[in-house]
Amino acid sequence: MTQLVPLQVVIPLLAAPICLLLRDRRYAYVFSLAVVWATFAVSVALLGQVLGSGPLSYAMGGWAPPFGIEYRVDTLNAFVLLIVAGIAAVVLPAGVGPGSRAAQDGREYIFYTAFLLCLAGLLGVTITGDAFNVFVFLEISSLASYVLVSLGDDRRAFVAAFSYLIVGTIGGTFILIGIGLAYQMTGTLNMEDLAARLPLVTDQRTTRVAFAFLTIGIAIKLAVFPLHQWLPNAYSQAPAVVSAFLSATGTKVAYYLLVRFVFTIFGAGFVFGALHLDAILMPLSIAAMFLGSIAAIYQTDLKRLLAYSSIAQVGYMTLGLSMASIDGLTGGIVHLFNHALMKGGLFLVVACVAERLHSTRLVDLRGLGRRMPITTAAFVIGGLGLIGVPGTAGFVSKWYLVLGALERDSILLAFLILLSSLLAVVYLWRIVELAYFQAPDADAAPIREASSSLIPACVLIAATLYFGIFTEWSAGVARSAAIWLMGGPV
Amino acid sequence: MSAEVLILVALGSPCLGALGVALTGRHPNLRESMTLLAALSTFVCVSLLIGQVAGGARPRLELVQLFPSASLAFELEPLGMLYAGVAAGLWIPTSLYAIGYMRGHHEINQTRFFVCFALSIFGALGIAFSANLVTLFLFYEFLTLATYPLVTHAGTEKARNAGRIYLGILISTSVGFLLLAILATGYFTGTFEFRPGGILDGKVSTGLGTLLLGLYAFGIGKAALMPFHRWLPAAMVAPTPVSALLHAVAVVKAGVFSVLKVVVYVFGAEYLASTGISVWLMYVAAATILIASIVALRKDNLKARLAYSTVSQLAYIVLGAALATSAGIVGAAMHIAMHAVGKITLFFCAGAIMVASHKTEVSELNGIGRRMPWTMGAFLVASLSIIGLPPLGGAWSKWFLALGAAEGHQYVLIAVLMISSLLSIGYLMPVVARAFFVAPVEGTSAGESDHGHDPARDTGLKEAPALCVVPLCVTAAGCIALFFLAPKLHSMLLPLATGAVPRVADFAARQLP
Repeated sequence: MTQLVPLQVVIPLLAAPICLLLRDRRYAYVFSLAVVWATFAVSVALLGQVLGSGPLSYAMGGWAPPFGIEYRVDTLNAFVLLIVAGIAAVVLPAGVGPGSRAAQDGREYIFYTAFLLCLAGLLGVTITGDAFNVFVFLEISSLASYVLVSLGDDRRAFVAAFSYLIVGTIGGTFILIGIGLAYQMTGTLNMEDLAARLPLVTDQRTTRVAFAFLTIGIAIKLAVFPLHQWLPNAYSQAPAVVSAFLSATGTKVAYYLLVRFVFTIFGAGFVFGALHLDAILMPLSIAAMFLGSIAAIYQTDLKRLLAYSSIAQVGYMTLGLSMASIDGLTGGIVHLFNHALMKGGLFLVVACVAERLHSTRLVDLRGLGRRMPITTAAFVIGGLGLIGVPGTAGFVSKWYLVLGALERDSILLAFLILLSSLLAVVYLWRIVELAYFQAPDADAAPIREASSSLIPACVLIAATLYFGIFTEWSAGVARSAAIWLMGGPV
Repeated sequence: MSAEVLILVALGSPCLGALGVALTGRHPNLRESMTLLAALSTFVCVSLLIGQVAGGARPRLELVQLFPSASLAFELEPLGMLYAGVAAGLWIPTSLYAIGYMRGHHEINQTRFFVCFALSIFGALGIAFSANLVTLFLFYEFLTLATYPLVTHAGTEKARNAGRIYLGILISTSVGFLLLAILATGYFTGTFEFRPGGILDGKVSTGLGTLLLGLYAFGIGKAALMPFHRWLPAAMVAPTPVSALLHAVAVVKAGVFSVLKVVVYVFGAEYLASTGISVWLMYVAAATILIASIVALRKDNLKARLAYSTVSQLAYIVLGAALATSAGIVGAAMHIAMHAVGKITLFFCAGAIMVASHKTEVSELNGIGRRMPWTMGAFLVASLSIIGLPPLGGAWSKWFLALGAAEGHQYVLIAVLMISSLLSIGYLMPVVARAFFVAPVEGTSAGESDHGHDPARDTGLKEAPALCVVPLCVTAAGCIALFFLAPKLHSMLLPLATGAVPRVADFAARQLP
């Protein structure tokens, strides 16, 4: 059943231009919905196969690797594929929202087309076993995401999309340079070949420069502090649905790439033993955890608040990576999953709010607890997840990260992880107090709950509760991926 | 029914009760009967379980595997059953009282109130039944969040600020210290399970053990050990039934229960006694006892005075745990029940006074005993129990705690306990004395001039509604009953002292013929 492997990317990729031709709002909606659900079904089947019978390999166009392009699915990227496709399947039914530029111009099909392209790109980056192919798909997803961001409610979205484009292109270029240098050293682009040949040339300066370019390029895409500047603007100006999708998938795929290059291509021994990546990445991660959260506390707009919180959450993921231990890496990978649920859900809640209030400023949230009770409750639960309250998915991530810290014999690091999560209490409770303790403006019209985005938001938020208790699947897969990455038995 | 089913029903009843309350919110009478039904069914289940546990059974129920080394699981043991019994038993009178109080006070959002109330009981029972540190932590945090809407029930600026302090202290101590301690315990011992005799012995160095004990003692912020006690007085902004049940029983007792549970089942009394790492905690507890008592003396607001009294009395339990001698542990466990019944009566009385005559300050209570004889009579009984005089329940727990201090050769602490009893006379008795022996000041104190009564009628009865007065009389009677039930409690709690000095066999032979 390796035929499923290319379908994972081909379905959304081919569907995108068809969607452009459909034009009609409803047709495009139904068609793209069918496509993302089919894509999701494929990713479920793939993960099932990988867990059951080990990695899958597919040679594109019948050209055997390493000469042709190989698509390779193992536990790690099957998990990421499932997350990306799953989030798309939940987010897309929300539609673009009435406020966005695409809806104002009556050209929703642009949104659906860009969405499918972006999805195809992200899935391609994840599934491919070819380093150059990574770059190609990365550019597809990036270009599509610039379009998606520019569909925001007002003209500021253009500026945000443009600066995102500049930074994103720099990141993409760095990655390309890194891949080029690695190719120069090894003569191959196939990841497995790279993994076999790079260890022989790790003492060469070119190899180290290749790694540096790759890491920094990916770090830009991942919004690692201090390379995060593009993220708050992009997420806060994009339509909330787009923010939900990008925050739950874009940075996650970048994180996957970093893990892939560090652990399976360059090798943990080289990266941590010779280059001491942890000495740089760990302080930066801790800085991101604290500064991102502190910046979130001072925001006056809900979307910006969540965007800064994302920077802090990326800090947790990279912290897990920098620990280079099974528990730490499990924490990082499971947080990739959990954060996708939480932040996707929270941004969808914002989409609900924006749909009814036509504003995401915090001051307009006064009395929201009475005006939109379900939406507000969903936000609070999602926020509790960000804090890491037990019973929510966020707790599971913190659990493994703290265990990873203890494994390094660092009670201080464990304490810092927990301390930083308290900052989330502060920014969440600002909103709770606004929503529940303050009366809405006297002239505020009565409003109903949002129509299309409420159910997707509730699905994701409910999932954060579910995966806070039933961790066997999420943390189990993350753990087996981490064990495999650390060189243990699968 | 098997014990496993009983555990599920006991935990399910408050949950279903909360659901029932939420669904029947439009019909107050139906809604209140939901609460009472849930309270009754919970109480019956818990009583049956207590019977089984007292007979030596240790039923266990595994629900979900949360992490490779920790599951969501329940296992009953005497200490947990004591706490569960207190919480479930006092939920019934409190429900009756809350109905009378909330209606008498015309409070808003009563449905939300009763939903959160039932959920808080669920949280408390979850803590009581937990088989490991992870389950305990999960319910501990749940309880914090479920009680937040109760504390801030009024929705005013003042309530919001109190809520900030409440949540701020409880969440930051639990996440910053308690969770760290739990994870470190699990990391060093390889298990999160509670085991008789403890799990830490031989696994950690003395220094690390001391650090862990500190993280637990301060991380369990609900135990209100100074300097993390500020949330308790702040939470008094809540309606009185909340203060009564949550801040005399469920929340604060969840704190001291957790401390005691950790001492007995994670550290182990033997380990603490042999290494002496808990000596500093005794003195922190002793300081909390004295300082909080002195603060209570200076509070004119009745609820604030009771709040500081609670801080002081909770430290008794921490003190008993830190002593880690047989009598200390048994006394501390007993004090959970004794103090709960006494303090809930006092809070009920404070609320009844507020409902009947809108008085909140001690200095306004002159002569009120003539108009509210039942209320103030109950106040007297409960005060004597808190002070620790026979024939009231509080006498036994203080007796055992003093004995525990003697067993541990901590004679200074015996003095602290005695001084503290004197101080509690100092802050509780003036209330009773004013109520019964000081004549009401014309028109300003107990007189209701704004209602147009003539002074002669002020001496007439004006009790709070029966739904308020009957529960507080029942709990006051409970203080007396507990004095005579103490031997039963004692024999049920004896297994806790396994491993402590002196050996249980000698200890049991010496006490309570």
